[in-house]
Amino acid sequence: MKPELLMGNQAIAMGAIRAGVGIVTGYPGTPSTEILETIAARNPGNIYVEWSVNEKSALEVAAGAAYAGKRSMVTMKQVGLNVASDPCMSLAYIGVKGGMVIVVADDPGPISSQTEQDTRHFAAYAKLPVFDPSSPEEAYLMIGDAFAYSEKYQTPVLFRPTTRVCHGSSSICLDNNIAAVAAEGFKKDAKWVIFPRLSYQNHLKVEARHPILAEDFSSYRFNKLTGRGKKGIVTGGISYAYTIENMEQLSGEVKLLKIATPYPFPEKLALEFLQGLDEVLVVEELDPVIEKELLCLCGKYRLDIIINGKLSGHIQKAGENTVESVGRALHDFLGLSAADAAQPFSAPELPVRPPVLCAGCPHRASFYAVKNAMKGQKAVFSGDIGCYTLGNASPLDMVDTCLCMGAGITIAQGLQRAEAGVKQVAFVGDSTFFHSGITGVINGVYNEADMVLIVLDNSTTAMTGHQPHPGTGRTMMGNLSGKISISKVLTALGVQYVASCNPFDLELSRETVKKAAAHKGLAAVIFEAPCIAIMKPHPAYQVDADKCTGCKICIKELGCPAMILTDDKAYIEPSLCNGCSICAQVCPFDAIGGADK
Amino acid sequence: MINCILAGVGGQGTVLASKIIAEAAMTKGWQVRTAETIGMAQRGGCVVSHVRIGDKINSPLLPLKSADIIVGFEPAEAVRCLAYLRENGIVVVNQKGIKPVTASLSDSDYDGRQMLTYLRNQIKNLVVVNGESICAACGSSRVLNMALLGAAVSTGALGISYTELEKAVRKLLPAKLIDLNILALTLGSRINKKENGK
Ligand code: SF4
Ligand code: SF4
Repeated sequence: MKPELLMGNQAIAMGAIRAGVGIVTGYPGTPSTEILETIAARNPGNIYVEWSVNEKSALEVAAGAAYAGKRSMVTMKQVGLNVASDPCMSLAYIGVKGGMVIVVADDPGPISSQTEQDTRHFAAYAKLPVFDPSSPEEAYLMIGDAFAYSEKYQTPVLFRPTTRVCHGSSSICLDNNIAAVAAEGFKKDAKWVIFPRLSYQNHLKVEARHPILAEDFSSYRFNKLTGRGKKGIVTGGISYAYTIENMEQLSGEVKLLKIATPYPFPEKLALEFLQGLDEVLVVEELDPVIEKELLCLCGKYRLDIIINGKLSGHIQKAGENTVESVGRALHDFLGLSAADAAQPFSAPELPVRPPVLCAGCPHRASFYAVKNAMKGQKAVFSGDIGCYTLGNASPLDMVDTCLCMGAGITIAQGLQRAEAGVKQVAFVGDSTFFHSGITGVINGVYNEADMVLIVLDNSTTAMTGHQPHPGTGRTMMGNLSGKISISKVLTALGVQYVASCNPFDLELSRETVKKAAAHKGLAAVIFEAPCIAIMKPHPAYQVDADKCTGCKICIKELGCPAMILTDDKAYIEPSLCNGCSICAQVCPFDAIGGADK
Repeated sequence: MINCILAGVGGQGTVLASKIIAEAAMTKGWQVRTAETIGMAQRGGCVVSHVRIGDKINSPLLPLKSADIIVGFEPAEAVRCLAYLRENGIVVVNQKGIKPVTASLSDSDYDGRQMLTYLRNQIKNLVVVNGESICAACGSSRVLNMALLGAAVSTGALGISYTELEKAVRKLLPAKLIDLNILALTLGSRINKKENGK
């Protein structure tokens, strides 16, 4: 078999296909997105795949399929699990028939997320088993194990990779045998209906299962105990790779325990590891989950062993681990003299390079129009999650708050109740609108909020790599479904003022927003223009150097990455410009023109 | 073991470049591990790909001071990653700077030249590539990654031959883009020989 270069997320997908998964649902979110995309791309033909409207829906669809005996998988990022936590908590009591794996990608750093929450905690909270792969190749095999355990214990299981596993690639040999899974169909039974009495009984069952699973996990193939000595290291996930990378250079006797199933904690294996140790270092990312389990064991069995880790300050409490940070901790722990620190380069000051909206991004035009329309009025701009969060940067400076998916609309309502005389404007993207914006709109209409809602409709879920959503009419099965019209939804919800316009017409956009702002109650403007990544770019614009006075207004007002100042004149980098035309509309000297000019 | 860093600005095509190197190495029967920056930074932020070739590699991220070669798609981004370079490691860098929006707004005069001068003073094995002129010669601004790959492969530091790399390009790219990209690859590989064969 020839090896293939697979990203961790692709490996998870291929492993799930191999395990005979029949239904895969999810909502896009970095670093989890490519799992579902790979299932769709490599679908052997009998897997149903959907981008659901949000994580809660996704988890419920997957659960329904598992009730009927299908192997199902749902994918999301860590904050998505917050959205899906309601069905997840209850499902932990109800259980499943077909294997069901809830893949939740954590993001230490965080690199592309709002929080550094740890899904291993969530597993303990929901009392669900959790698998924690340390590499793409391990993830490929482990996802199949996850399905098997799920079926064996009739419970959904969590599968928690982190960014460096999700977005790291390795050469992997694929096994093309696909497990045959016969789904027997849904059998009516009182066990599928949650009631307090059933919950109590099932809670007892879950608690009874816990030590059995822990015992089972003690002999699980990816939980590994190696080495010997008086000192021990415990690690898991990508930190295992960093640990091994360092250990190969280190001398001295040390015991090593790798934890692939942080919950239920494989107690028996851990006790075997602790036997005869004086001191332990726990190398993990996010929260001190393994560390606390070990402290518990030491208390429970009265073991006189020092446990070092995050709680003791030996491992950083926030941010991701690196080969170096783990190396330093290992050197300290093993009493070795640290390798000489890399000499810092005395480089000239490096330019900071925060991410920005693309050249030609319709959001830039929308933000600019709203900014101008609201000039002279006291206004707060509540943002949301997506590419348009980048509207917070100068010179647009149009995102005053950003909390979580869908929150902008309702945060604005709270701000309005707390402070009179300030105009509240909330921005929401199209995908986010469907994900969790609609309830906020209903709340506003029902409670008579006075605010302007700006829907930035670019016909895609852009930030995560351009996935379709209910407004696009495209599904992951390649079908065209009816597009759901945001404007009709808003009207149906009772929004009295709903206007749509093309943001690249700056003047019209400004006037439309002004009218919306003058309206009493909840008024909505939908800016419709596709993300540049899903359309053919227009020819680049050019600056007429004779007409350009070097006033820099275009640069300073818009912050388009295609525009720079050279020799005191504005200059448009043709390879970057997407010909959106707004700089031409902004230039007071008519110095910028399109290709035909 | 061969360690390589590709550093650039989101949108410059670093991810594809790292895939091509990995594909070429795998065709030779080598093990590969890579790590990519995916997410917000892809919108014009700093992106770094780590590529590790050889058996028994554990971490997808390179340790500091271990890169045999850094391919900088932008001068400042190459400098930003220098801590990864091993002693006597090679730096292949695109000549042209990309001015961040923040720099334009603050009237900074950043244009990459300061970084190139710094690299010239610090790095013995430096290959400067005029990616802009190669792109112009190919008639596409989207082949910078190929130009740099061409230059990188002809340093020998990747342990891959030009032919092997070309094969990988042919395998991974859609048919209609192949000729264009191979042209950029060839031009890139020549620049290196010409200007650094002294
Ligand atoms: S037309 Fe102007 S604002 Fe639009 S992408 Fe080109 S340079 Fe940027
Ligand atoms: S990807 Fe699309 S929506 Fe995101 S910043 Fe670029 S143009 Fe805007």
